[in-house]
Amino acid sequence: MKFTLSWLKTYLDTDAELNEISETLTAIGLEVEDIHDPTEELKPFVIARIEKAEQHPNADKLRVCTVNNGTETIQVVCGAPNAVTGLVGAFAPSGCTIPTNGLKLKPTNIRGVDSNGMMCSERELGLGDDHDGIIDLPKDAPVGTSFAEYMKLNDPVIEIAITPNHQDALGVYGIARDLAAAGLGTLKVADTSKVDGKFESPIKVSIENTDACHVFAGRYIRGVKNGPSPEWMQRRLISLGMKPISALVDITNFMTMDYGRPLHVFDADNIKGNLNVRLSKSGETLVALDDKEYTFDDEMCIIEDDEAINSIGGVMGGADSGTYETTTNVFLECAWFDPIRTAMTGRKLGIESDARYRFERGVDPATVEDGIEIATRLILDMCGGEPSDVTLTGKAPTISKTLSMRPERVRELGGVDIEKAEVIDILERLHFAVEDKGATLDVTTPSWRCDIDREPDLVEEVLRIHGYDKINVEPLPHSSREIVTGLSPLQRRIRTAKRTAAGRGLREAVTWSFVPSDHAKLFGDLDPNMVLDNPVSSDLDAMRPNLLPNLITAAGRNVDRGNKNIALFEAGNQFSSDTPEGQHFVLAGIRRGQNHERHWQKAPNDVDVYDAKADAVTILNAIGVNASTAQVVAEAPAWYHPGRSGVIRLGPKNIMAYFGEIHPAILKSLDVEGPLVAFEIMVGNMPLPRAKAGNSRGALKASDFQAVERDFAFVVKEDMPSEQIIKVIKSVDKKLIDNISVFDVYQGKGIDEGEKSIAVNVRLQPMDKTMTDEEIEEVRQKIIATVEKKAGGTLR
Amino acid sequence: MQDLQSLETEITANLAGAADLDAVENIRIAELGKKGRVSLLMRELGKMTPEEKKEFGPKLNQLKNTLNDAVQSRKDSLETELLNKKLQSESVDITLSAAETDLGSIHPITQVMDEVTEIFTEMGFSVAEGPEIEEDFYNFTALNIPEEHPARQMHDTFYFPEDEEGNRKVLRTHTSPMQIRTMLAGEPPYRIIAPGRTYRNDSDATHTPMFHQVEALVIDKDIHMGHLKWCIEEFCKKFYERDDIKIRFRPSYFPFTEPSAEVDIGCAFEDGEILIGEGDDWLEIMGCGMVNERVLENVNLDPSEYQGFAFGLGLDRAAMLKWGIPDLRDFFAADLRWLKHYGFQALDIPSLSTRTSVVRGSK
Repeated sequence: MKFTLSWLKTYLDTDAELNEISETLTAIGLEVEDIHDPTEELKPFVIARIEKAEQHPNADKLRVCTVNNGTETIQVVCGAPNAVTGLVGAFAPSGCTIPTNGLKLKPTNIRGVDSNGMMCSERELGLGDDHDGIIDLPKDAPVGTSFAEYMKLNDPVIEIAITPNHQDALGVYGIARDLAAAGLGTLKVADTSKVDGKFESPIKVSIENTDACHVFAGRYIRGVKNGPSPEWMQRRLISLGMKPISALVDITNFMTMDYGRPLHVFDADNIKGNLNVRLSKSGETLVALDDKEYTFDDEMCIIEDDEAINSIGGVMGGADSGTYETTTNVFLECAWFDPIRTAMTGRKLGIESDARYRFERGVDPATVEDGIEIATRLILDMCGGEPSDVTLTGKAPTISKTLSMRPERVRELGGVDIEKAEVIDILERLHFAVEDKGATLDVTTPSWRCDIDREPDLVEEVLRIHGYDKINVEPLPHSSREIVTGLSPLQRRIRTAKRTAAGRGLREAVTWSFVPSDHAKLFGDLDPNMVLDNPVSSDLDAMRPNLLPNLITAAGRNVDRGNKNIALFEAGNQFSSDTPEGQHFVLAGIRRGQNHERHWQKAPNDVDVYDAKADAVTILNAIGVNASTAQVVAEAPAWYHPGRSGVIRLGPKNIMAYFGEIHPAILKSLDVEGPLVAFEIMVGNMPLPRAKAGNSRGALKASDFQAVERDFAFVVKEDMPSEQIIKVIKSVDKKLIDNISVFDVYQGKGIDEGEKSIAVNVRLQPMDKTMTDEEIEEVRQKIIATVEKKAGGTLR
Repeated sequence: MQDLQSLETEITANLAGAADLDAVENIRIAELGKKGRVSLLMRELGKMTPEEKKEFGPKLNQLKNTLNDAVQSRKDSLETELLNKKLQSESVDITLSAAETDLGSIHPITQVMDEVTEIFTEMGFSVAEGPEIEEDFYNFTALNIPEEHPARQMHDTFYFPEDEEGNRKVLRTHTSPMQIRTMLAGEPPYRIIAPGRTYRNDSDATHTPMFHQVEALVIDKDIHMGHLKWCIEEFCKKFYERDDIKIRFRPSYFPFTEPSAEVDIGCAFEDGEILIGEGDDWLEIMGCGMVNERVLENVNLDPSEYQGFAFGLGLDRAAMLKWGIPDLRDFFAADLRWLKHYGFQALDIPSLSTRTSVVRGSK
């Protein structure tokens, strides 16, 4: 909502400076977003006369002007066709900035002729669209004086944000009323006295559906003469960025902005018969003022004459319903349309208009009868004519309510102690009627405050006028019952997982929860319910079923920027359905390229499945999941390389992680070059550790006896997982065998086709005595026999 | 018998002239070995008279000890020399480096969430989480935003396809549905924060279709706006690590709070950068208010018994302000250059004991 200071002062008698007005507006909930003072911007611009305009020696379309700015004469090169000797206009000296384009003027030389400053067009100064020529002022305009002052532009434009509950402040009058209540001056009450009608309106109004249109005040005014509106009204409309059109149109726009009262002026000669207000029938259409055709359903409020639909009630008039230069008889409409229906109609038809904006928030019903008198007076003043009686159909709704209020609620809810007398005073200044019932107050709301219907609303009214700054800061008391604080075990686990991933050299990314449908389909079936009805763009249309596609494409973008080696992870939700259960918290990561840059000491390696597995296992261990007790099977989903990927799981349904090389076909579809490996950890799905009693870790049981290591090399079938051999060896003596590690895997010369050699180191740790050579040999033989029996391996 | 003094002089000179350990060893054998000159002299002691023995015995012993020490000393110095030579030959170019593995990093969004969590945990809050694909009821209706309410137009909602009953799920437009989920799930009092992803169908220089918020909800028997104000002031001081921060509350409107306020923070705008805690300008940072009675009724709480406040803070913006990150859109681009510049070390875990704090009254 925009208005100028002088406009506000037509309703507010105040000595307050602009700054105080601005601060008060914000303090009472009418937040000032911008104050724009044209005088400030236009300060350097003075009125100047072109003493002499001559043809530029080197350019056909340019003129060399000698300009008198009141103190000196300056040479200016000008291209405007109307730059002629004797013109008086607005001069911008060198050094000043053109407000509309930010251009800073400097002394220059145009085709061999010096030029200092410029003569401005309307558009350059933000005064209009005219750019055909420079501003042409009356010849008697005083040369050397401020252009802004001469044009009466010294009127700051104030722009405030209006919250949806403050429909009362959608007109300058309402804003003045609120400021007066805040003690910033006195409200100058609008003149709403009745204008005597000279005849009975020949146009009658009927309302079929009074739920949609409660009341309709109409007035016929004959013999008007439409023309431009007076300068003061044009100036106000221009200050809001509206274009003055004609007196009759300007008056309706002005009434909307000034009094918050949308109304409509019909050319009465275009109305066939009488007006009727009813609900639309499905399929009916109207071409509205914006020249677009709208098709109605059967829920919209329309106004028709005996032959056709004329306008959409509360939203927009029809293309033929307006007034013209030639209009001589008008019919004035001032009605009250139902807020909800207006909102729904506007939304369904996609029409945003000043009328809809106000009606859907609830226009003050009292302005139906007041508004038509104010508008009539404006029309008679500007266009002459003779008014009829007012035809009033229906009844204005009563939205005033009487609420019971406990004055102490201001303290209990608002946290500031305000005496009952002051509570009453503030409410009365806001035009609430207050009846003191002793312990409570009966508070009746004014007709323009449809938003207020409960006690906390009244508390807010008192608080905002008293001042939110006076609310005392008070430390939060202890909870009335003991409550749990801090992070849940899962939240702690997520934090640890992320920071472990970062500690492994992966960089955390946050990517969209959306993916292109095409990408989603690469990672499983795409549920059509996971595709947005209204995506922000077609490539962000589906909820991501997996974290990897965004990470992989991010890797691709980074490769394009010259980063070859990339390690990224993300922790967030992926979606399998639209229910809370279909949202899964996952930490996924990718590595692309090589494990480090080329180096003099050691050659870098391509990232491989084992890098991804190491990431997964380390993070699992860090979050308290013992990955060594889990199964590792080669059953990763289809987006992984079938032979170079795996699943870490507790059971077929209890998946902890996937890892592996990404399938080359997936990389191709995502247009990213490998090598690229990935892992996914189902952080949200894993069982949490059982709650232990206390934090004690128990005593450390370390052995003081010598540990013994023995190496073995077994020849086994080439598809035998090493994990299997480790398990078999471990089974020989779970207590004594402390560690088993694979230190060599070999295929080739000396080993038959289809077989491989696996070399393991086994560490024996006795707990009660040092082992003798015979005892060690006994275990060694047992290991060899067991591997042979259970894994088909022979000692090499 | 040779003059012992001249013998000592001769052998000592020979040792000093020995070029390497082998030469020293040869001298040792030649002089002190079984058949060495000194050993032969020792042997001759047997043939001497007791008087002679008494005279030569100690002198010979002393000579033997002196020579043994001289041999050891020469050996030591030759060994040291040898080691020094070896070490000299082993020097490397220490300006070369080992292969570096890239450091990982934590995204500013995670960092800001962890910081916020730390601050509110200390104030006695717990952390709640909920679905990002939300039902209309939780996102709008229960929060006192009916279908036709103008406030719905301020939310550019992402919708999913209608189900058989004509219901459409939405992507939550704010974290406020967590107020409803929290209050429906357990008994009052409540004191929670709920950080998470939120979505609005909006994309321009300062808006992204996905962003992050943290919701706070405190419901108890006697909570009022003074407590709300305290809570937000404390948060801002701790988060921005300044005790002299200016906070402004001004009336506003949200369907789910009444009375409602917006919170501005004092700042200065300088050269395109926003300096928190400086200057005379204001920057809006959050919306808040006392939970609307209708919302309490929607979750079956009696407003005459329970009341409290809620607020919602944009986390992306908080991170931008705190760390001087200019562009919101870059948060979600996963550009390594950006992640390196704005990311945090894995071990940089926010905690109240490690942050800058100004003790009140210390100036």
